Amino acid sequence: MQDVCAKQVYLFGTCLVDVFFPQAGMDALALIEQAGVRVHFPDAQSCCGQPAYTSGYPDEARRVAWSQIRLFPNDWPIIVLSGSCAGMMKHHYPKLFERGTTQWAAAQDVSRRVVELTDYLVNDLDIQLNDLGPAIKVALHTACSARREMETLQCGLALLDRLRHVQLMNHEREAECCGFGGTFSIKHPAISAAMVADKVQALLDCGAQQLVSADCGCLLNINGALAHRGEALQGEHIISFVRRRCEGGV
Amino acid sequence: MRTAAQPTATGLEAAQPVVVTQSPFKERAQAALCDRSLRQSFRGAMDFLTAKRAGVFDDPAEWQALSQLGEHIRQRALSKLPDLLEQLEHRCQQNGIHVHWAESTEQANQVVHGILAQHQATQVVKGKSMVSEEMALNHYLAERGVACLESDMGEYIVQLAGETPSHIIMPAIHKSKAQIAALFAEHLPGVPYTEDVDALIQIGRQVLRQKFLDAEVGISGVNFAVAETGTLCLVENEGNGRMCTTVPKVHIAVMGIEKVVEKLIDVAPLYSLLTRSATGQIVSTYLNLINGPRRPGELDGPQEVHLVLLDNGRSQAFADTQLRATLQCIRCGACMNHCPVYARIGGHAYGTVYPGPIGQIISPHLLGLQATPALPGASSLCGACGDVCPVKIPIPALLTRLRTEAARPANEQPHAMRGQGANANLRERQLWRWWRWLNTSPIAYRLLTWLLSRARHHLPKQLKPWTQVRTLPRPAPKTLHELMRQRTGRTS
Ligand code: SF4
Repeated sequence: MQDVCAKQVYLFGTCLVDVFFPQAGMDALALIEQAGVRVHFPDAQSCCGQPAYTSGYPDEARRVAWSQIRLFPNDWPIIVLSGSCAGMMKHHYPKLFERGTTQWAAAQDVSRRVVELTDYLVNDLDIQLNDLGPAIKVALHTACSARREMETLQCGLALLDRLRHVQLMNHEREAECCGFGGTFSIKHPAISAAMVADKVQALLDCGAQQLVSADCGCLLNINGALAHRGEALQGEHIISFVRRRCEGGV
Repeated sequence: MRTAAQPTATGLEAAQPVVVTQSPFKERAQAALCDRSLRQSFRGAMDFLTAKRAGVFDDPAEWQALSQLGEHIRQRALSKLPDLLEQLEHRCQQNGIHVHWAESTEQANQVVHGILAQHQATQVVKGKSMVSEEMALNHYLAERGVACLESDMGEYIVQLAGETPSHIIMPAIHKSKAQIAALFAEHLPGVPYTEDVDALIQIGRQVLRQKFLDAEVGISGVNFAVAETGTLCLVENEGNGRMCTTVPKVHIAVMGIEKVVEKLIDVAPLYSLLTRSATGQIVSTYLNLINGPRRPGELDGPQEVHLVLLDNGRSQAFADTQLRATLQCIRCGACMNHCPVYARIGGHAYGTVYPGPIGQIISPHLLGLQATPALPGASSLCGACGDVCPVKIPIPALLTRLRTEAARPANEQPHAMRGQGANANLRERQLWRWWRWLNTSPIAYRLLTWLLSRARHHLPKQLKPWTQVRTLPRPAPKTLHELMRQRTGRTS
């Protein structure tokens, strides 16, 4: 905390990373620290508030958002490990509060500092990756919110591009939604099922040996559908893949 | 919604009345999802249209500039809507157009029928108009002995089949070539079965041609109404719109009140955005600018022109600064063409006149949320619709807002919408309250996530409906919070 000379950042894990992809958080920490940046992980963090917000419960979302906003008092970047959560914090936090209030100002301030992880690694840290793994074919899934709200599609691609032995596989309907949409997949299971079925088929058809994404909701959805079909392919958080490659793993 | 009219030699006399499907959205969607050929034809058509649109908006900078201009024009018009409508009325009247106001579709139907009755008209031709669909005008007139024939080819096919349009630009997009061939062979006397598209179009044209000459009144929609000049703009490709508005001696135009624009120069950019977004055309085959009835010395045109201005819930949307953006719509249909939900379930599943994303945000205003409770939720909020909307309507944000209105208890103030609280559900509300408590209580949150990770092998394997097509994810052995705490001293 006292080390004000070195670069410092906050890390926001998101609830899905916390429970389902915790290693992604550790991998992000390791890679960012390797670049000489000090990482702070506020212990009281939980969820960004998006599920309630998109389900039509902005009051509940606002309370959760406010509890998170207060965890980032210093003027450091807030690195978010999942694209759609980053979108929530960057684009919707300010909308939750009445213009001109101190809460709104704080939300604005957080919004300004939110950076999605791949964006941070590529554009802020310009991280150089030494790919020690064998040749591999990889597909990248970008969530709609990350693609449209955060415009981080290029960052994910750029990150993979810095891995020498990785061949990027394009899949058909890459830009199309996987059908997760938070509570959408629960409220309209049949439509969501049709959407994820097409997505999974496209991923299998493209011949990728590995699937990566920086969006954990989509990963849960796509992985669940892949597993249900009995497929061996499983997606993982892009940061875990990147780190493993740099350490010589497959 | 409506039964087919009964003119002779159009085949309509044999058409079945529409079977009204009252099944809820989910069931209709489910049925559509199971219909393989329907899914394929929608998918194919939407892919075709999205590719065509992409082809004519290939310069991102130009697209940005033009759609920003479009948004600005629509917002400017809406910001002065009451004034512009008055100006429109005034200018139209100066041009010799009779202007009528209708608050409800019932009133609009009465106005139209009143004009027909004055002229003792029993034969009417109609160009494509979604507002007339909204009014269920054909049905209303048929019940009063007036045959109203759709003259747009797609609309004609749909009318022949006793159905409603499944797309706002391409009403018969859900029909295959073979289905149309069968429809013509069955309903048109002396027409053999043919899947030759040109031949089918010729057959349809011949039937319609005579009808234009016979019809006493022509009805059309309006794409843009110019307040400055009192001009009604009508965009079309088949020429049937021009026939409807020039051949019969009376022309009735129906429009939603939001279609007004301030100046004549506003039309050009909107027109360009409309045709390119809708069908990927740089221009349409016809752009009709109607300035009133035939003047002395003119060779064609109707003797009488009427304009019906319909509200039907639009002023409710207008009254709310956020929801007002709904009315920016220029009805290009691009949002449905790009919607992954629409592409899979098709237009009829929505059960409303306007399907797809635009239908999801406008129908709750036209019909009230109580009649459309499923619509706001039927989106993954992927954002494709908002992305392609040529006038930048933030559709996902509006859907989120409508979800809020539908979930807000009916007795809660303020009342922004008819049907507020249509989805209010105490259990769901409590669930979100509990969720909020959990996520704002760090100790409880850490305890629960810790428990989840510890119970990872004992959690239920089934969680319907999620697990119908997916395996439930298993929590990791340790949460990120735990892993981080193990590094105490290195993190704050
Ligand atoms: S909402 Fe936008 S994209 Fe959809 S029909 Fe209207 S103008 Fe076109």
